[in-house]
Amino acid sequence: MRRFEYHEPASLAEASELLLCLGEGAFVFAGGTDLLVEIRERLRRVHHIVNIKRIPGLDELMISAEGGIWFGALVTAGRIERSSEIARLYPNLHDAVRNLGSIQVRNRATVVGNICRASPSADTIPPLVADSAEIEIFGPGGTRRTALAEFFTGPGRTTLSRGEIATGIRVPPPAEGSGRVYLKHGRRKAMELATVGVAVSLNRSRGTCSDISIALGAVGPTVLRAPKAEAMLRGAVLSPEMISAAANQAMAECTPISNVRSSADYRRAMVGVLTRRAVTRALEATA
Amino acid sequence: MKQPIEMYINGEARSVTVDPYRSLLDTLRGEVGLTGTKKGCDVGDCGACTVIVDGRPLNACLMLAVEAGGCRVETVEGLQASPDQLHVLQDAFMRHGAAQCGFCTPGILMMAKSLLENNANPSDDEIRFGLSGNICRCTGYTKIFDAIRSAARQLQETPA
Repeated sequence: MRRFEYHEPASLAEASELLLCLGEGAFVFAGGTDLLVEIRERLRRVHHIVNIKRIPGLDELMISAEGGIWFGALVTAGRIERSSEIARLYPNLHDAVRNLGSIQVRNRATVVGNICRASPSADTIPPLVADSAEIEIFGPGGTRRTALAEFFTGPGRTTLSRGEIATGIRVPPPAEGSGRVYLKHGRRKAMELATVGVAVSLNRSRGTCSDISIALGAVGPTVLRAPKAEAMLRGAVLSPEMISAAANQAMAECTPISNVRSSADYRRAMVGVLTRRAVTRALEATA
Repeated sequence: MKQPIEMYINGEARSVTVDPYRSLLDTLRGEVGLTGTKKGCDVGDCGACTVIVDGRPLNACLMLAVEAGGCRVETVEGLQASPDQLHVLQDAFMRHGAAQCGFCTPGILMMAKSLLENNANPSDDEIRFGLSGNICRCTGYTKIFDAIRSAARQLQETPA
């Protein structure tokens, strides 16, 4: 492996200062499943690794029906996968982590790392965006929180500035009568990057869909919401015809590209199929 | 700058001094001299380097050796209780012809060990799911699954 200097700060303040002082070649290291690969494949020039694993408090995972979820930057995909409470209350997030990489990778990879890598196809992002998650960020100016939907500025790019470290994710508690689904489409069942990922979270009250959010992965420079499709369903009594019409609208709202995994046309067609399926299943889950 | 670390490898304390950019995989194969763990892709895709660290299977190529200080590391060399006594899984792999070239075998054995520790009687789907991070290009997996099913039965009858 290419050489780098290794740092093990004991606090967030120390880590932040290191990142500021060491400049462009310094990177936060948590799970390492992306960063070490990028070093080996020479995709990133890394001169300094700032390992945040010794910083206390970042490995917290809290989950309850009343409080929602809080997980710190060191919580692995595997820990989320093994939480029966998350499987019960947030099956969308559970399905997303269960299909990320392999068991071996999930025992190392952190969910916050998957988010900060900001891949348009990252599995964990659509369900968290659909559930209005917030990301907490420590930096030289103190701590800030931002809606996850506003965290991404492009493929691999976020609003994190130098010296800032994402410290955790908060997901609001699931509302009474809500349903949430994440569907991943790929060429194989395991060890796969999503060709398209669709997350739908909705609330039902007195027979109508009182709120809905649709998040689309791998069909734009960042994970996208489909606000017009959502507006067609919000406040309505959902019928199969309405769901199909909204799925068609979601196809019009996404902006896929063609690459080695799929053509843009195929991705768009799958957005239609998966959105229809995900809304239908999320609705069934509220029953 | 090189750092001294102490790991507990297959139950034995081992001290090595490593560069921070050295992977656990390279350290096991190089400094420690345990070459049973194989280096396939070196980027976490193939599973040939699967070892168990503090009870969890992971890719040794994606862990830095300096992170393993103080950790319990299990490798394929630790499977055998003694030199003339194979682990139930090793025996089942031999009986079922579950290895051809054998390069993926150490990683698959470690993954299978972890699988059976968490699930004594896995279904076919659970075995497939458990091994989805281990690539074998020779066997087509059928004999590997046969061997794991057979080892699971044997372990249930006479626990190791």
